[in-house]
Amino acid sequence: MQYQLFDVLKAKQLWSGSYPVPVDQLRNHAHQISDKVYEILTGERGAFNTRIAYVTASGKPANREFRLEVADTDGYNAKTILRSNNPIMSPSWSPDGRHLAYVSFENSRSEVWVHAVFEGKREVVANFKGINGAPVWSPDGRKLALTSSQNGNPDIYLLDLASKRLQQLTRNWAIDTEPAWMPNGKEIIFTSGRGGGPQLYHMELETGKISRLTREGRYNASAAISDDGKTIVMVHRDRGNYRIAALDMKTRALRILTDGRLDESPSFAPNGSIVLYATEQMGQGVLAAVSIDGRTRQYLAFADGEIREPTWGPFPNSKQ
Amino acid sequence: MNNYFYGGLFAIVLLVGGCATTADFYEDDLDMDSSAADSSDVDITALEEDCKDPCAFPRGALEDPESVLSARLVFFDFDSAEIKSEYQELLLAHAQYLLSYPDTRIRLEGHTDERGSREYNLALGEARSKSVRRLLLLQGVVDSNINVVSFGEELPMDLGHDEDAWKQNRRVELVYEED
Repeated sequence: MQYQLFDVLKAKQLWSGSYPVPVDQLRNHAHQISDKVYEILTGERGAFNTRIAYVTASGKPANREFRLEVADTDGYNAKTILRSNNPIMSPSWSPDGRHLAYVSFENSRSEVWVHAVFEGKREVVANFKGINGAPVWSPDGRKLALTSSQNGNPDIYLLDLASKRLQQLTRNWAIDTEPAWMPNGKEIIFTSGRGGGPQLYHMELETGKISRLTREGRYNASAAISDDGKTIVMVHRDRGNYRIAALDMKTRALRILTDGRLDESPSFAPNGSIVLYATEQMGQGVLAAVSIDGRTRQYLAFADGEIREPTWGPFPNSKQ
Repeated sequence: MNNYFYGGLFAIVLLVGGCATTADFYEDDLDMDSSAADSSDVDITALEEDCKDPCAFPRGALEDPESVLSARLVFFDFDSAEIKSEYQELLLAHAQYLLSYPDTRIRLEGHTDERGSREYNLALGEARSKSVRRLLLLQGVVDSNINVVSFGEELPMDLGHDEDAWKQNRRVELVYEED
């Protein structure tokens, strides 16, 4: 494989090289080179050599097939991790990229599972009374924040994966769900219906202090947080359309990034530059990516069937 | 005037008392001869051996397409878990059936349309199921015979992406569980 990067205006070669690569690893190495090019041009680490997980659904209502898949960020090299006749929801990567937590309805109700992506081993970690959902890994990889309605209505809980000890974080009559971790591991953002409709709230884990984060619009849900903690993306209802919006944590300004009708499930690239999300195109669920400034949008080419709930994995060799 | 008032009150007390006794009876001693339990309702027990008070339906009513019980869907307004008045009668009928055959279990499957976030919809689907459960409980159906589940927006009846489809998908399905 041979590569050269030129600055055309300065008529200067910025980077070049060549090395032998086995044919079956060409794409992988091309992604690594793309990452380096991105880094030279932007000063930020590229995220092309990472993986995404997503859920597909196909077939008629009476005979649906659901799959959890893992693929390269451009949709190639898709591998099926789980296949089921019952819904699969809410995949979430462990910080080391070796495990996925997700919701499976294989026992006719929502349960949270943890799945070792390479070994294929899996176990149910939350099958309490009521709904079990919205698992997200803590930044240290030791805990899952998740939703359970075991005490009557949906609240946020912390599950210690080693001891299986469960700690209730929120107690409210309304729906509390969709926790997301701040990178410091000490705060979470979650969706709550306590104000009448779904809005995002912020919680300090140590003190239990909760404050409302979103003020604009009547529907804000499904938060994802950038790795530097400076930006929060969410599903925002804008005049009847569901769109991805970004909240600047410092200025508290909300910017709408997408222009679809049913956009959902935003997920940050590990370098914070791109947001992957699910949208609808010609009556079909597809994946799309938007730059965090909202300027560039792109549909991702994938196989047939509904595709939804993209979630971007960590950088390779990420430490736990 | 006064006599009528007290007469009405007396009837209510009897009714409540009767319900409590039968409920206690089933929980305490399931093996007892069922005809003894229904001594107050001799005519109907003669027809349906295991039909308990209020014995509102024959056993086969669930399979009868002409029966009111053949309707098993309750639809909801957008982002709402409130049961609309038009479904009261249908749910009362199902409650009557469940009271008539206390060995029957029902599963309430809550669903939403596709709009908004999936996990919030999972919670909303559960809220819808629980609204239906609350109504059945008020009629005296025992909690252990009701199984509440939510599928959120994951199993639409109609795969379309417009209001016609969404209307069909915001629902609770009443599913009688088989042993």
